[in-house]
Amino acid sequence: MTSTKPPPASKIATPDTGAAATLHTGTSDPRALILGNLRQSGIYIALVVIVALFAVLTDGVSLSPGNLTNIVLQYSYILVLAIGMVIVIIGGHIDLSVGSVVALTGAVSAVLVIREGMPWWAGVLAALAVGVAVGAWHGLWVAYAGIPAFIVTLAGMLLFRGLTLRVLDNISLSPFPEEYQRVAAGFLNGLLGGQGFDAFTLFIGAFAVVGYAVSVFRTRVARVRHEQPVESFPLFVLRIVVVGAVVMWFAWQLAHARGLPIVLIVLAVLVLIYGLLTRRTVFGRQVYAIGGNLPAAMLSGVRVKRVNFWIFVNMGFLSAVAGVIYSSRSNGAQPAAGNMFELDAIAAAFIGGAAVTGGVGTVVGAMVGGLIMAVMSNGMQLMGVDQSVQSVVKGLVLLVAVAFDIWNKRRAAGAR
Amino acid sequence: MSDHILEMRGITKTFPGVTALQDVSLAVRRGEIHAICGENGAGKSTLMKVLSGVYPAGSYDGQIVFDGEPVGFRGIQDSEARGIVIIHQELALVPYLSIAENIFLGNERRGRGGLIDWHRTNAEAAALLRSVGLHENPVTPVIQLGVGKQQLVEIAKALSKKVRLLILDEPTAALNDVDSAHLLDLMRRLRDQGITCIMISHKLGEITAVSDSTTVIRDGRTVETLDMSDGAVTQDRIIRGMVGRDLAAFYPTRSVTPGDEVLRIEDWSVRHPTQDRLVVDRASLHVRAGEVVGIAGLMGAGRTELAMSVFGRAYGRDISGRLFLRGREVRARTVAEAIANGIAYATEDRKHYGLNLIDDVRGNVSAAALDKLARRGWIDGNREIQVAEQGRRDMNIKAPTVMSVVGKLSGGNQQKVVLAKWLFTDPDVLILDEPTRGIDVGAKFEIYTIVNRLVADGKAVVLISSELPELLGMCDRIYTLAAGRVTGEMPVAEATQENLMELMTKDRDLVR
Repeated sequence: MTSTKPPPASKIATPDTGAAATLHTGTSDPRALILGNLRQSGIYIALVVIVALFAVLTDGVSLSPGNLTNIVLQYSYILVLAIGMVIVIIGGHIDLSVGSVVALTGAVSAVLVIREGMPWWAGVLAALAVGVAVGAWHGLWVAYAGIPAFIVTLAGMLLFRGLTLRVLDNISLSPFPEEYQRVAAGFLNGLLGGQGFDAFTLFIGAFAVVGYAVSVFRTRVARVRHEQPVESFPLFVLRIVVVGAVVMWFAWQLAHARGLPIVLIVLAVLVLIYGLLTRRTVFGRQVYAIGGNLPAAMLSGVRVKRVNFWIFVNMGFLSAVAGVIYSSRSNGAQPAAGNMFELDAIAAAFIGGAAVTGGVGTVVGAMVGGLIMAVMSNGMQLMGVDQSVQSVVKGLVLLVAVAFDIWNKRRAAGAR
Repeated sequence: MSDHILEMRGITKTFPGVTALQDVSLAVRRGEIHAICGENGAGKSTLMKVLSGVYPAGSYDGQIVFDGEPVGFRGIQDSEARGIVIIHQELALVPYLSIAENIFLGNERRGRGGLIDWHRTNAEAAALLRSVGLHENPVTPVIQLGVGKQQLVEIAKALSKKVRLLILDEPTAALNDVDSAHLLDLMRRLRDQGITCIMISHKLGEITAVSDSTTVIRDGRTVETLDMSDGAVTQDRIIRGMVGRDLAAFYPTRSVTPGDEVLRIEDWSVRHPTQDRLVVDRASLHVRAGEVVGIAGLMGAGRTELAMSVFGRAYGRDISGRLFLRGREVRARTVAEAIANGIAYATEDRKHYGLNLIDDVRGNVSAAALDKLARRGWIDGNREIQVAEQGRRDMNIKAPTVMSVVGKLSGGNQQKVVLAKWLFTDPDVLILDEPTRGIDVGAKFEIYTIVNRLVADGKAVVLISSELPELLGMCDRIYTLAAGRVTGEMPVAEATQENLMELMTKDRDLVR
């Protein structure tokens, strides 16, 4: 069974013909590609439309260097939460407690650093430890006691909010020392100089683009070698060029504002790690298997309890990361911090294509979903739209996104 | 008006690719107990669904005459309005509602202002319970009752609808001896009150004991209707009707001499996960390398339960008995341990228990042995594709690529994905539970060929099947299972459909 034939080396990127061409993933016709992958491509199109819409509505202010930097700083912690949340949702669960955990971890950190005068890194480590402990608590109840995650984390939402109030004695703590503030408000710039812009930011942007190009090229070569369908070569190049142009433009804009935010680096590293974790590891695959068909996963020898446990430990860890970023950005800890963050994170995951029933979703999708929410809120704030209207619009977008997902699924089932 | 309360004439019902019923006729006399029997998949349940309107008029061909009038039901409500009530094998009661609430569910006894009249509800329920011989308070939640009593509640519910034709699908399958005897008694009393009963059953002892006539269905056709009144019809006579299928189906030949024993279980007992009864009762069997061993049994015999409990205790509780692999006693307490010990189990229900339908061929093939593809938790994606490709070629899976979503493949190809998945775990013994259910003839032959290749490679195969010709065509040895017990074992040379069916229907013969 495990012996394999040597791959035919002569087959290089021939246009797909015959059976393979009927595959959605393998076609080179852009129209068919977009329609076939409506579920995936839909959110990219939505993001582009929304970005363009607000660029017009705000006379380009929303795309200004200063505002782009703001979006990154303002929504990074939601995106961090969305990474953990999409994994929870793929596994078929939900986590309602992350807002409270953001508050608790930030509060623990603030108490140690501000009240007790400990160094900034002690606060960060303590926050991460608390986050992992909270995640393990949830994981024990969900995985080993078999309580639905909705209940466990609803309880956690109340429980950890209460602990936050207790830890803070019902008062806000501020300010953090300078080093701690740099986590969320700091920039890496001036490292390479530049004329009115930051060359280092551009360098990192270029580095990312090259890394992306190399990675997708290697994937493509491997797929061709295994005779798997790939998109046509011009389309493939076009994809790299578009991604490269967007990233470089974004870096250019950041370089003309305050440079490269540290949180953006943290976020990028997390997206990279978790993107690989979900797609390339046994753990990631088992999360999809559990969410996709729980009995089948059990009968395939997946240690379901263990996987569920670690899903929640991970969510706790990422909640703590978000807690550190948020406390750093708000320069203190407040009893009401992180209120409703869970809903933004959940919305990001669902808008990004995660399925309500589990088994479907991607980290990148959740990031795009989070960005859609971020760009919308930010744009509406720039326009001075009332808070009430903002909330209504966000609610409708979430509803439409999930309705679209379900409609799309039905369409796919009907097309059999 | 004829003395037939029901006549179904020339009923033909097709599903895409399958003819489930072909020109079936059924005539039921007024006030009799009419048994319907046939092998698993013969079409009994489909026929009852046609009758009760689950498959609405127009979705089948043929004519139904009830009480002298041609009828065409559009749904269950229609048939119930005429007094035809079906009680399914899986009881359809709401566990947390009371007996009375269940009886009048959807048919509530209302008082003034449209509010439910609880006095009337409970009083009428109590009267109905007396008539079925159930001594329980009508306000008791149904969940507190055993299966036997729940069955009686179902019958009381049917009586509340002024039932004239009561259909019971495998009514005693989940009951113990005492409850079964009680139920059969009740059926006789209902008949004497003028209610006609249709009973679908595998238990030939029961059929000969209570039924007035018996219709045998085989492969979607009516074979015969036997008049049971003179007591001349024996169980053997019914068996002959059930199995008289020809063996012309084509099975690939193989010549493998079985080697050493690979798997042995001794005194294996399994309790139902929620009910207090043994589903597998002190079963013992063994399989050798290069051997195909069949397990024959009717619905509810405990075949799947036996297989799944052996496969890392994936089913049941209080599992006792000993499990040996290659002569060494092992304790496979989780599925992962069972896989590590070289056991593979391909489920009978591939959609619900076998495959992740929203994932691709690649992900499904590697799912049960991801560790073989990974180093320190990282999957070698290229090797995974190679493995999936290999499986696709070996099993001849007709999918454009291994990235195709499994849910969009045909049943036969899905089954081949299941086989590829389990072969990648490199098992010593492969338990195949109904591997050819619901797939077409060509794909069946391919599966048989794969099975032969596996035993030629020295693997042991346990084949669970409802199709006796398949067992006779593929196996070296066959065990029969009835009510959780091994009732027989024989080399295929001695086996016939008749003697297998006799052993498969060897129930406790309670009501002679």
